[in-house]
Amino acid sequence: MKQFAQLFDQMDATNKTNAKVAAMERYFLEAPPADSAWAVFFLCGGKLRAPVPMRLFRAWAIEVAEVPEWLFDDCYEAAGDFAEAAALLFPNPNATIEDDQPLADWVENRLAVLRALPEGEQKLLIFDSWNRLNARQRFVWNKLITGGFRVGVSKALVIRAISLASKIPEDVIAHRLMGDWAPSTSAWDQLRATDNTDATVSRPYPFCLAHPLQALPDSLGSVGNWLAEWKWDGIRAQVIRREGKAFIWSRGNELITERFPEIVELAASLPDGTVVDGELVGWQSDCVLPFADLQTRIGRTKLSKSILARVPVTLLAFDLLEFNREDIRGLPLRERRAMLESLGIRLSPAIHAASWEDLTSERLKARDLGSEGLMLKRLDSPYNVGREKGIWWKWKIDPYSVDAVLIYAQKGNGKRASLFTDYTFGVWSDSKLVPFAKAYSGLTDEEIRDVDRFIRQNTLEKFGPVSTVKPELVFEIAFEGIQQSTRHKSGVAVRFPRMARWRQDKRPEDADSIETVKALLEAS
Amino acid sequence: MANSSLLTLTDCGLYCPAGDFHIDPWRPVERALITHSHADHARVGMKSYLTVSQGASILRARVGEDAAISTVAYGESIPLGDAHVSFHPAGHILGSSQIRVESRGQVWVVSGDYKIAVDATCEPFEPIRCHGFVTEATFALPIYRWKPQEDTFAEINQWWRANRAAGKASVLYGYALGKAQRMLAGIDPSIGPIFTHGAVERLTQIYRDAGVPLPPTHYAMSAGKKDFAGSLILAPPSANGSRWIRRFGDFSTALASGWMQIRGARRRRAIDRGFVLSDHADWPGLLNAIRATAAETIWVTHGQSEPLVRTLIEQGLDARAVQTEFEGELDEQAALPEADETADA
Repeated sequence: MKQFAQLFDQMDATNKTNAKVAAMERYFLEAPPADSAWAVFFLCGGKLRAPVPMRLFRAWAIEVAEVPEWLFDDCYEAAGDFAEAAALLFPNPNATIEDDQPLADWVENRLAVLRALPEGEQKLLIFDSWNRLNARQRFVWNKLITGGFRVGVSKALVIRAISLASKIPEDVIAHRLMGDWAPSTSAWDQLRATDNTDATVSRPYPFCLAHPLQALPDSLGSVGNWLAEWKWDGIRAQVIRREGKAFIWSRGNELITERFPEIVELAASLPDGTVVDGELVGWQSDCVLPFADLQTRIGRTKLSKSILARVPVTLLAFDLLEFNREDIRGLPLRERRAMLESLGIRLSPAIHAASWEDLTSERLKARDLGSEGLMLKRLDSPYNVGREKGIWWKWKIDPYSVDAVLIYAQKGNGKRASLFTDYTFGVWSDSKLVPFAKAYSGLTDEEIRDVDRFIRQNTLEKFGPVSTVKPELVFEIAFEGIQQSTRHKSGVAVRFPRMARWRQDKRPEDADSIETVKALLEAS
Repeated sequence: MANSSLLTLTDCGLYCPAGDFHIDPWRPVERALITHSHADHARVGMKSYLTVSQGASILRARVGEDAAISTVAYGESIPLGDAHVSFHPAGHILGSSQIRVESRGQVWVVSGDYKIAVDATCEPFEPIRCHGFVTEATFALPIYRWKPQEDTFAEINQWWRANRAAGKASVLYGYALGKAQRMLAGIDPSIGPIFTHGAVERLTQIYRDAGVPLPPTHYAMSAGKKDFAGSLILAPPSANGSRWIRRFGDFSTALASGWMQIRGARRRRAIDRGFVLSDHADWPGLLNAIRATAAETIWVTHGQSEPLVRTLIEQGLDARAVQTEFEGELDEQAALPEADETADA
C-alpha cells in the first residue's frame, strides 16, 4: 500500500496535470505489473462491487472512532467524503507505521475477498487493515472500499501516462482499456503488448466528441462542407454486431445491452462486423420523447412490459465505425455516412440547407422536434478519438432563462466540501417563493465564496443539512428543457438548470413568477 | 439571555450592562474591549478601544491612527462601572486576549479566538476559572485534530527545499496577521531568502518592534526585478491567482490553514499543497480548554457551534449557540482585506 499511497499523495500534492502524469508514469515503470493493473483500474474510476455493505462499514468506522453517530455524520458532512471522514476520525492519527505489501495483494487478498466473508470476519479484516496502515494509507484503503477514487485525473491522463511508460500509442491503449477490462498481470502485459490484433469481440471504439460552437457558423467556411443533424437528448451509444453477438455501450463506457432489448433486436439485423454510433431515444408515433421519459427506464435492470410499451426506445444512427469487419474510422464522414445509409436502419436525418442562414432558421425548429439544437460535422473528417477541435460542433439552441431567488442551500461534496454550493431557487407564487430548480454550477469561485458567506450570515433555519436562507439573492437560472411534473412543488421540472448570472442588480421582488415559468411550458 | 445578567447580546455585539462596555462589537459603540485585531473582532468606528498593551500597535494599524486606544497589561484588573475586567493570553496571535469580567461574585470569560498549541510569536493560552465561558468553535469537529506543529514545519521545509532544488519559488499563503509570523518563526530560514507581500511585511515589522524574534525578510516589491527562484514568498491567501503573484516566475503554491485538514478544501482552491496549521484550537483543544475553566454555562459564538453545543450538553453543561458576526478562520480570504494590496498589485 505504501507505493500506491505515495502515488496518491504525489498526485494529490500538485495541481499541475504534467506532474500528475509524471507521477503515474513513474509508478507504472516501478510498480509490479499486477499493482500497475490495479492502479489503472482504480484511477480510471473502477470500483469493486460493494466489498462490505456501507451500513456496516459506517457502523465500524463509528465504533472505532468512539464518537456518537450524529457527530460522525456532522464530520462526514464537513469532509464531504465518507472515506476521508472515517480516516480522520481513526484514533492516533499521527502514528508512524508503513505498510509494504503490494497493492495487488491488498486488493486480491483483502478487498476482493471481503464480499464473500461472514459479517464477523469482514469486521476483523477491516479492523486489521486499519491497524496496519498509517493515516494517509488508511484513507486510500477506505477509498478503495467506498469507491469514487478522485485525484483530479481523467481516464485520458491515465492513458497518457501508460502510453509514456509503455511507448504504445495513446489510442491503442484507449481501445484496449475500453470494455470489461479486468486488472491482472496478464491484462497489464496485454495493455503494453506491441502486437495490435487483440481487440475482443465486445470492444467499442472511443467516442468522437463535439465542442460547443461559440462563434457564428459562417466562421466554419462553406455550409456544403458540413453535415448538419439534430442534436438529440438521449443516450449516446455504440451498437456492435460481431461474431453473431450484440453489444450496446454507453458513452460512459458502460455495457448497457440488457437494458435495450429493442436495440439488441435491431443489432441482430445488422451484418456481422458492424459498429454503429448513434443516440438512443424514447420514440413514439415517429417522435422523440422527452429525456425525462427515457430516464424512467434507464435505471432499471428489470424491464416490465408496461415500461417497454410506455417508453419504446430506438436508435437514431449517425455514424458507422466498423463495416464488413473493418475499422473504417479513417474514412471521411461523407463515405461513412453513405455506407451507414446502405444499412437501412433508422437514421438521425441529415438537414439540408443551402446556406448558413437557412440552417439558422432550421435550428429554430429544434425545440418542436424535442432536439437541443444542431450538430455540425465536417464531411471530410475521420472519426477521431476524444474531443479533437474543429471536426464536430454542437450548436445548441439558446437556453431558457428565469430570474429566481436563492431560498435553500446545502454544502457540497468533494472539492466543495463544507462550502455551501448546492442551491435551491424559488419563483413567486402569489406572495410565496416556491422551489423551482436546483443548481450547482455556473458561479466563479469568488462568487461561490461570497454566496457561501452570505448564506452563513443569513441562515434562518436548518433542516438537517439544508439551510433555509433569507430570500435576498437573485440569480438568472438557465435551463435546456421544461416539463410538467407532479413530483415538484412548482409543478414543473427543468433540465440542466445552472446559474447563468448572479443578478446583483435585482431585488427578490424582481424575480419571475411561476406563471411566467409555466408560460414557457406552453411555448415549448 | 435570562440566566446571565453579566453579559447580554445586543445588535452591536456582546455587552456587559454592569460595566457598560461591549466586547469585540460589530457596530459602533462607546467603549469597545478588543480580544484581538483580526478583522471580525476589531472593527473601525468605536468611540474608544481598550486592549492589552502587546496588541495596541496591531490594533492601531487596523482601526486607524486617530482611534482612541487605551491599554492594560495582561492580568491587570481594572474597574469599569460595577464590573472588574482583566485581559489574559489567548494564545491566538500576538496580543490576543481572553477577557475576564467579574461583577457581584459572577465571573465570565470571553475568549475571542484561541489555541492551546505552542506558538513562538505570542503568549501561551492561560486557562481561567469562571462561571460562564464564551468560546469559539471554528474547528469544533473531531476530524480536526492538529498534528504537532514541528511536523507541519518539517513538511513546509521539505516542500521549500524540493522547489528550490527544482529552481522554483515557493509561494506560501497564510493570514497576514499571526499565521505569517508564526510560520516565519517556525520554518528553517537557512534554506533560502524569504520575501513578503506588503501586508505581511507591515505586520511582521510590528511583531519585530514588539520584540518577537523573526528571521530577516525582504519586501518583495522593494527593489526592481529580482530572481525569486529558490526563495520563499509569504503572502495572504487573497493573492492567489492575482496579477501580483505572476512576477515570481515558476513557482509552487501552498496554503497553511486548519482547513487544509480536509482534502476538498485544498482541491477547490487551485493550489498545489495544503499544510495543516491553525491559530485556532482543534477539537480536543476546545474540549480541554472548556473543561479547564470549570464553567457550567458555555456560550458558543462562531464556527461549528452545533456539534460543540450538543457535545457539551451531553456532558451535562448548560451550553448554547450565540449568533455573532465573528467568522473565525476564514477559509477563503485574508485577515486584513484592506491591507495595501493595491499598492502591491
